Amino acid sequence: MTAIARPLAPAAPRARRAGWVLTDAITITWRNLMQVVRNPQLAVIDTITPIMFVLLFAFVFGGAIQVPGGNYVDYLMPGIFVQTVVFGATGTAIGLAEDLQKGLIDRFRSLPMAGSAVLVGRTFSDTLRNLYTVLVMTVVGYLIGFRFHGSPVDAVLAIGLVIGFAYAIAWLSANIGLRAKSAQAAQGAIFIPIFPLTFASSAFVPVQTMPSWLRPIAQANPVTVVVNAARGLVEGNPDPHTVIAAAAWIAGIIVVFAPLALLRYRRRA
Amino acid sequence: MSQPAILTHDLRKAYGPVQALRGIDLTVPEGTILGLLGPNGAGKTTAVRILATLLVPDAGHASVAGHDVVQEPDVVRSLIGLTGQYAAVDENLTGRENLELVGRLLHLDRRDVRARGEELLREFDLVDAAGRPVRTYSGGMRRRLDLAASLVGRPAVLFLDEPTTGLDPRSRVGLWEVIERLVADGTTILLTTQYLEEADRLADRIAVIDGGQVIAEGTSDELKDRLGEDVVEIRIADTARGPEAAELLRPLAAVEPRLDREHGRISVPVHHGAGTLAEVVRRIDGAGLEVAELSLHRPSLDDVFLTLTGRRAEADPDDTTSSPAPRRRRFGRPDRRIAA
Repeated sequence: MTAIARPLAPAAPRARRAGWVLTDAITITWRNLMQVVRNPQLAVIDTITPIMFVLLFAFVFGGAIQVPGGNYVDYLMPGIFVQTVVFGATGTAIGLAEDLQKGLIDRFRSLPMAGSAVLVGRTFSDTLRNLYTVLVMTVVGYLIGFRFHGSPVDAVLAIGLVIGFAYAIAWLSANIGLRAKSAQAAQGAIFIPIFPLTFASSAFVPVQTMPSWLRPIAQANPVTVVVNAARGLVEGNPDPHTVIAAAAWIAGIIVVFAPLALLRYRRRA
Repeated sequence: MSQPAILTHDLRKAYGPVQALRGIDLTVPEGTILGLLGPNGAGKTTAVRILATLLVPDAGHASVAGHDVVQEPDVVRSLIGLTGQYAAVDENLTGRENLELVGRLLHLDRRDVRARGEELLREFDLVDAAGRPVRTYSGGMRRRLDLAASLVGRPAVLFLDEPTTGLDPRSRVGLWEVIERLVADGTTILLTTQYLEEADRLADRIAVIDGGQVIAEGTSDELKDRLGEDVVEIRIADTARGPEAAELLRPLAAVEPRLDREHGRISVPVHHGAGTLAEVVRRIDGAGLEVAELSLHRPSLDDVFLTLTGRRAEADPDDTTSSPAPRRRRFGRPDRRIAA
């Protein structure tokens, strides 16, 4: 009896393979989160970066920027949330580019696993890291006077929109990671859309203060829409239209970029 | 199974204007090793990537155990293992976790995953390091783990793409022994290599590939009959008399000796190197020629290419990074050089 006669993992019918997306995505998520466990520096960076952002923006800009309503910390926090998670989502591009470069993606693609699981697991684990970041920022925000003024449901919804947006941007990021020739190239390329997206928005300053040519662009920017929706929820007077628009942006970005990334992953060229 | 484990017919692939494969026919019977021997850029990796379902060919046909790699990629993936040129293991996971990752992605039972992992760790002499992150491993350990990872699913067909490139001689021999055990177990292997010695030792049949085409194929013995087992290299002090010396040595050669007129250097592929050496010296001496340098070495890939194509093995400009080792020193066994 030789090993050749019976491979341990015989080919399964299509229906069973469909069920593998979830189990395989969980396996990939485990593998990605282990990177943080084995690199305590990463955990430290994941913790310090949000603390730094909150403190820097609150104390450096806090005195200089006049905002409607008066309390800049409350105004600022949703902006910092969104900016930080969008930056965090660039990790998806870098991580995928790294796995490609090291040949790990080749190994995954030569296994009879669900191909989509590599991307589903990657975007999910990166979003979990972003969720942790948001929780750290909330705690630090509370220490310097930030409060959710709405109901607990409003608070959860606000965090939900921020995390949903982080997940959507992770899919955009995945497209860049899968097309980059190296991790460094991915890191450079992902910030080209990310910087204007986060700064030409209402994240830190009211759109009204911007030059007239920039205003309509900033107004339409999905970062502005998500920040405004979260801001309304934080302040306790949510605008349903803005919340729906934010949810629509999140869904729209995922609907466009997830299939594009999956196609790219499956492409055998 | 009556069909060959690996079969390709007229396989073609181009990257833009670069023709990577220009029609490759390969047949590997079950339980044997085919050595795909060629320089960087010859098309070895492209052929492996097509067979491992990572690439779709432009034309032609490739199948594994009778399953078309383009039509039935999932079936093929459940039958194969792949070890590429770079150890595709996760640096931050431990050796044990790397095998577990692959086992889980193969959807093995949790118990099987663990048992198979331990079995492979033992077989590949990685038990002591199993709990350490792979980033602490040596190059040889990484390669062993990489090979172990490709064996978790007990693949019937294994693709090894330059598995020993960049390894020190000791690690290389260790990996060879593992490969030999796998074949003894009935696994079919397609091995690509730049080392003639590696193909010679491991492969049942060798296909020499150049410029995306198979330029010679046969058993190791058949190729040696054609190319000689050793190469005597001699340099004549009086370069002008090179052609005369080459003529003297021609009867001793397995194939046509090559003459480098400029340096008076003659390469003579021979069948019994050590036995022939004395005769070479006798003939050169007898003609009153002065020997400036004399050496005997195993034919390198360069020698094979010179014999087969009349030119040196050329590296692909796109692929110069993968093999920094100088071409001459690629042998486990050092040249036997005799100063004259």
